[in-house]
Amino acid sequence: MSRIFAWGALLTGITFFLLPLYGMTDFSLRMRRGVYSLDAYRAVLADPQFQATFGYSVIMALFTIAFGILLVVPTAYWVRLKMPELRPVVEFITLLPLVIPAIVIVFGYIRLYNTSSWLPLTGSAMGTNILLMFGYATLALPYMYRAVDTGLRTIDVGTLTEAAQSLGAGWGTILSRIILPNVLGAVLSGAFLTFAIVIGEFTMAALLNRPAFGPYMQILGANRAYEPSALAVIAFAITWACMGLIQLVTRFSKHERAKA
Amino acid sequence: MSFLTLTHLEKTFGQNRVVKDFSLDIDRGEFISLLGPSGCGKTTVLRMIAGFEQPTAGGITIDGKDVTALAANSRNIGMMFQAYALFPNMTVADNVAFGLKVKGAPKAEREARVAEMLALIGLADLGGRYPFQLSGGQQQRVALARALAPRPSVLLLDEPLSALDAKVRVSLRNQIRQIQQDLGITTIFVTHDQEEAMSISDRIVVMNGGVADQVGAPFEIYNRPTTKFVANFVGTLNTFEVEVADAASGRVMLAGQGLTLPNAPLAARTGEKLSVALRPEALRLGRLPDAEALLTAQVTDVHFMGSVIRVKADLAGAAVSLDTFNRPDTPPPVVGSAVEVSLSGRDFILLQA
Amino acid sequence: MAKPVILSQHLPLRWLGVLPFFAFAFLFLILPTLYIVIGAFRTPQGGFTFDNIIGLNTPTILNAYWLSIKISFWSALLGCVIGFAMAAAITVGNTAKGLRNPLMTFSGVASNFAGVPLAFAFIATVGPAGIITLYLRTEFGINLRAYGWNLLSAWGLIVTYLFFQIPLMILIITPALDGLKREWREAAAILGATGPQYWRMIGFPILLPSILGTMALLFANAFGAVATAIALTGPQLNIAPILLFSQIRGDVLGNPNLGYALAFGMIVITGLANAVYIWLRARSERWLK
Repeated sequence: MSRIFAWGALLTGITFFLLPLYGMTDFSLRMRRGVYSLDAYRAVLADPQFQATFGYSVIMALFTIAFGILLVVPTAYWVRLKMPELRPVVEFITLLPLVIPAIVIVFGYIRLYNTSSWLPLTGSAMGTNILLMFGYATLALPYMYRAVDTGLRTIDVGTLTEAAQSLGAGWGTILSRIILPNVLGAVLSGAFLTFAIVIGEFTMAALLNRPAFGPYMQILGANRAYEPSALAVIAFAITWACMGLIQLVTRFSKHERAKA
Repeated sequence: MSFLTLTHLEKTFGQNRVVKDFSLDIDRGEFISLLGPSGCGKTTVLRMIAGFEQPTAGGITIDGKDVTALAANSRNIGMMFQAYALFPNMTVADNVAFGLKVKGAPKAEREARVAEMLALIGLADLGGRYPFQLSGGQQQRVALARALAPRPSVLLLDEPLSALDAKVRVSLRNQIRQIQQDLGITTIFVTHDQEEAMSISDRIVVMNGGVADQVGAPFEIYNRPTTKFVANFVGTLNTFEVEVADAASGRVMLAGQGLTLPNAPLAARTGEKLSVALRPEALRLGRLPDAEALLTAQVTDVHFMGSVIRVKADLAGAAVSLDTFNRPDTPPPVVGSAVEVSLSGRDFILLQA
Repeated sequence: MAKPVILSQHLPLRWLGVLPFFAFAFLFLILPTLYIVIGAFRTPQGGFTFDNIIGLNTPTILNAYWLSIKISFWSALLGCVIGFAMAAAITVGNTAKGLRNPLMTFSGVASNFAGVPLAFAFIATVGPAGIITLYLRTEFGINLRAYGWNLLSAWGLIVTYLFFQIPLMILIITPALDGLKREWREAAAILGATGPQYWRMIGFPILLPSILGTMALLFANAFGAVATAIALTGPQLNIAPILLFSQIRGDVLGNPNLGYALAFGMIVITGLANAVYIWLRARSERWLK
């Protein structure tokens, strides 16, 4: 009885997951009438707009990752080492982006950092790019912080720090040469997740008027029939690749630790 | 007629035969221990009685009723687990009342029974607490009360003491035995701790490799082990090589001294070597009038353990342990000194391979 | 030992280590949110007012909130129920354990496959000209539309959201299900409990805090989602985030401060969902430290 129920739930769920994946793949191959073809993919990849927006989003993702690591790793380390009493506060803040809708945050940005404000970030393209990057960092904060903090939990931060200090290392050396390599697996997990979030993000980029991949997909979707499905397949492949890489680094860093 | 009968129980996991042809008759009200190292199959036997594992072959009868095919929840058995297994979302009182509640007993009856059980384990005031607010020993007592509340016909104890501190372990062990005797409930206790098994049981089943090596009262198991495994697993053992002087009368020679073994006539022939064993307390320090032989030993180590002093020594070419009682007026032997040791042939244990 | 002790004597130095984080969080998370909250109670001239909040009381805005709440609630509830059933199937008992790893990996991917491409996938499948829609019509003569199905509607959105809601539930609840000890089940069974009794009295109450927490998260997740909705239905479906999106782009409400109030309302609703969650969790967690 419970077995039938379990299998029923699983089969229903799996069917529900597989149908849209099948649908988008099938649809993306039907651009040429009557036969399966890769025409939709060719059309998308040849589109200069696709190349420009995709490139823009990749660069934004890389900067977001770099900024996120610089912000989160020292903070998580410092809180664990010196200020454990701050942990609840920091954790609460890092969870806020899951509760406050992104659209509300970016709405605040637009009003707070407009051309007539004390920090007129939206006044220039570069300024807006930076603001968007901060926005992405905010969206990724819950995942990045959690990944790094979990990574730090598995190493003895206090002992490592004291050992390094007794050998004369400064804070910069400790963070970059001792702590970061030890939580590299966790940091990379956070990085790939950030990449997956940023690459297709729509709301912030659209409202800040930046030429990112998300808004491009939306515009294409409103005007074309087969290309959007090709884009969906590509986006799904990117997400899959990011998650696959996370699994890979997690397994690898566990393996490394086991060897050590 | 026995109350709980296990007949030719078998359990196989994949290629692994964990329990082999295991039969046992247990009387009503008896306290039986299944003793053995980890992996000997004792827990599997217990889990088959509980109904968590289905025997590959064989049968289980409780009070004349075949329960082999019965599900765990209709066997009316009580059980204590190693890790307490109290329901964390329920108070102590709700935990104890659980068995009666799922049987549909009215509230008044449940409350009366809970009060009775909590009084029995001496935690009458803690009914409103949650498990996380209790110490390990208290949690395990609640687990006992929970197991007993629905008046089970059999009580199963799966190493319930192994997670506790040494002190609590001893006091809870005594409490379990006391309650078991008061209620007269048939109890099966699984443990790897031979001291625990001996202090608490009516009978012990020593298990090894899925079979029962020996079944008997603690006194019998300790003093007359029938296999080498039982002798080694239960208590400390000193082994010697002796030469058979006269197989018919059981006469052997150890370091030039003649001894008479209790198992005459011996299976070995005259002139052959024989392996025999002695418990530490059968080697006695000093010159004793009733002893058969007197040997000299070199003391190599002395452990003062309070009421008992355990001396390690070289005796007739073998490293032995011997126990002697502490006496306030006699200082313990000094390491490196020579001591006289009295021994008698009747204390020797002859081991089957 | 020497250096840390000296450092902690200079108290401000300790705070220097967390300063960048707090500065960032304040400037790009808390301050923008506060700005919206304060803006909701201000006149364009800067004075204090309740007019913006009162101004939310129009049929369009109230309907937008209500539809958003319904979509978020149902997608969260269905996501929880279906996700729980699937997670239970791969953890509890001996059903389908081999599917565990593939399903967990897939859930990691699917829970992050949201936004615009997700909408494309559903349009291609069950949209007006989708593969399944056409297949059912040509092969079986079933017209989904005649059965009330419309992807570009509230229920269409709910079904689409389930594609990331269910996996998210699976990801969060599977470790919680693993945390149910085998001994609890066995202890309940030996005390006479049936499987359903075990779940009702022990398994489910223990999992309830996790389930409620995930439910609140899924609710907020759906409530703030803009991209999927816009890509699926364009700007016409009247839900709160799309209304706010249009307002930010073009002041469709004709009053900038009403936009603040609209955003403030969204924060209040997700905040309330979380408050309800925290309250329920505190009740269901009396037995934990």
